[in-house]
Amino acid sequence: MAKWLEKHMKGVLVTPSLIFIILMIIVPLGYNFALSFTDWQMSLVKAPQFIGLANYKNVLHDERFLNSVWRTIVFSGIAIVIETILGVALAVLINRKFYGRRLVQALMLLPVVATPVAMGMVWQLILEPSIGIGNVIVEALGFAPRPFLATTGFESMFWLIMIDVWEWTPMVMLMVYGGLMTIPQDPYESALIDGANKWQTFTKITLPLASSSILIAVLMRLIDVVKTYDIIYATTQGGPSFATETINIYGYLNMFAYYRFGKAAAISVLFFIVVMGIGCGFLKVKSKVEVEY
Amino acid sequence: MSRKSKNILTKILEHVLIYVVLFITIFPILWMLLASFEPQQSIINQANHGLFEFVPTLRNYISVFTEYNFSKYTLNSFIVAFVAIFCSLLIGLPCAYAIARFKMRKSSVVVLLVRMIPGISFLLPWFSIFSMLGLRNTYTALILSHMLVALPYIVWIMIPNFESIPMDLEEAAWIDGCTRYGAFLRVAVRLSTPGILTATLLAFIFSWNNFMFSIVLSGRSTTTLPVAVFNFVSYAYIDWGGLMAAACAITLPIVILSLCLQKYIISGLTAGAVKG
Repeated sequence: MAKWLEKHMKGVLVTPSLIFIILMIIVPLGYNFALSFTDWQMSLVKAPQFIGLANYKNVLHDERFLNSVWRTIVFSGIAIVIETILGVALAVLINRKFYGRRLVQALMLLPVVATPVAMGMVWQLILEPSIGIGNVIVEALGFAPRPFLATTGFESMFWLIMIDVWEWTPMVMLMVYGGLMTIPQDPYESALIDGANKWQTFTKITLPLASSSILIAVLMRLIDVVKTYDIIYATTQGGPSFATETINIYGYLNMFAYYRFGKAAAISVLFFIVVMGIGCGFLKVKSKVEVEY
Repeated sequence: MSRKSKNILTKILEHVLIYVVLFITIFPILWMLLASFEPQQSIINQANHGLFEFVPTLRNYISVFTEYNFSKYTLNSFIVAFVAIFCSLLIGLPCAYAIARFKMRKSSVVVLLVRMIPGISFLLPWFSIFSMLGLRNTYTALILSHMLVALPYIVWIMIPNFESIPMDLEEAAWIDGCTRYGAFLRVAVRLSTPGILTATLLAFIFSWNNFMFSIVLSGRSTTTLPVAVFNFVSYAYIDWGGLMAAACAITLPIVILSLCLQKYIISGLTAGAVKG
């Protein structure tokens, strides 16, 4: 017995995790995939009816779904661009010696780790049009009060993007900062001797040498940002009248608000394929970047 | 302007910029803290009085923990997080060790892929399977789902950790009569305490914050804090002070952890992003 265990150590150590992955991931994903070809209201009396590709046809012709795809792209695209620019700038900024660096770093971390649902509630209070501090500030600056999240226009999406930027820019900053710390001092010293100015050293030395950590930070954000759920569901739940409804939110509503399980399964299968596609791209880039190191 | 005074000026500007950014970053959290001590009347008349002109009160906290049962939800959150992390460590540490020692590069990629799967893909099947098994509204369902949050982080953080432990140490233990399993437990695991702490912290934060799985799988008696905070607003009248007190209560443990153990949290969050 003991000998058998010694011989098959690898298998013995991996098996528990493997069983967990099969039972909690592979089986549910397969089940979800199967459900996407059926019509089912989760009734125990009436079994799921096989309806072929009808759910997928339905989804791809559903204007509300197509709009949610577009919104997801807009939300993710704008958020990533802003987070990357701000994140890199902040990483360069905190890479300098300044007073209270450790404390500042610890405090900057808070938006990333603080419970998103709780933060969603705080932002709701801040951006509440009639009682929030948001409009107090807006009016103090001499502008007309804004509806913030309470509008069907693009503005509600804009403020959600700003909340996402607030939450995740520090994450990009930390990752890029980690990359900056690995840059040796010598290139800067020789650039100084050659008479390069600060902007030149930034674009010619810092950016190229930090580019792989920036790339990885951006790709990791991309994988997460398309899946943004907590902050949207905790503030607008996709409203007002779908103005902030992303794929994730629409899929969720189809499951637990409209009980259209077949259609919801089809949406989550499509979403799964897209996200894992991005993920595989990320892994390709990551392995390439790490070889170059 | 002389070079020296110009340098001092840049330094001052840098400090100002950093502290302005810092203020914007933590403003919502400070605002939440402030509002949690503010009476409702004062919050809804924000525009009509000075920002800090109110008599601070503990009433919000008292009502949240007595009337709204938040002590029960806090306990639920702790139970789910701790059991999920414990079970994940139990199966995740051996797995990470095997991947590290037997150089299973493909498996480490699988771990990363697992972390990327959109949570929404699991909701429907879990909901239906757990309902069929009669496990909905139980801790078991919640714990299993939170293990899915914790396990990839634990394995992912522990792989490089085990790789960095010199093989010689374990071989020395074998010579001293340790079995390979003994060497794993007494040498590799024992020397990995900082890594395990990092992994546990990260797993705790993400389990504590988890909303999507909990809102689907938790019931009346197993409600965790994020779900409870979310349900707070579904009442027609929003008790803002109470809501902010609840938000503070849920954020506080995380804030304390990240202020005390920031080094570990940062290394865990950026694991895999920076080589080395």
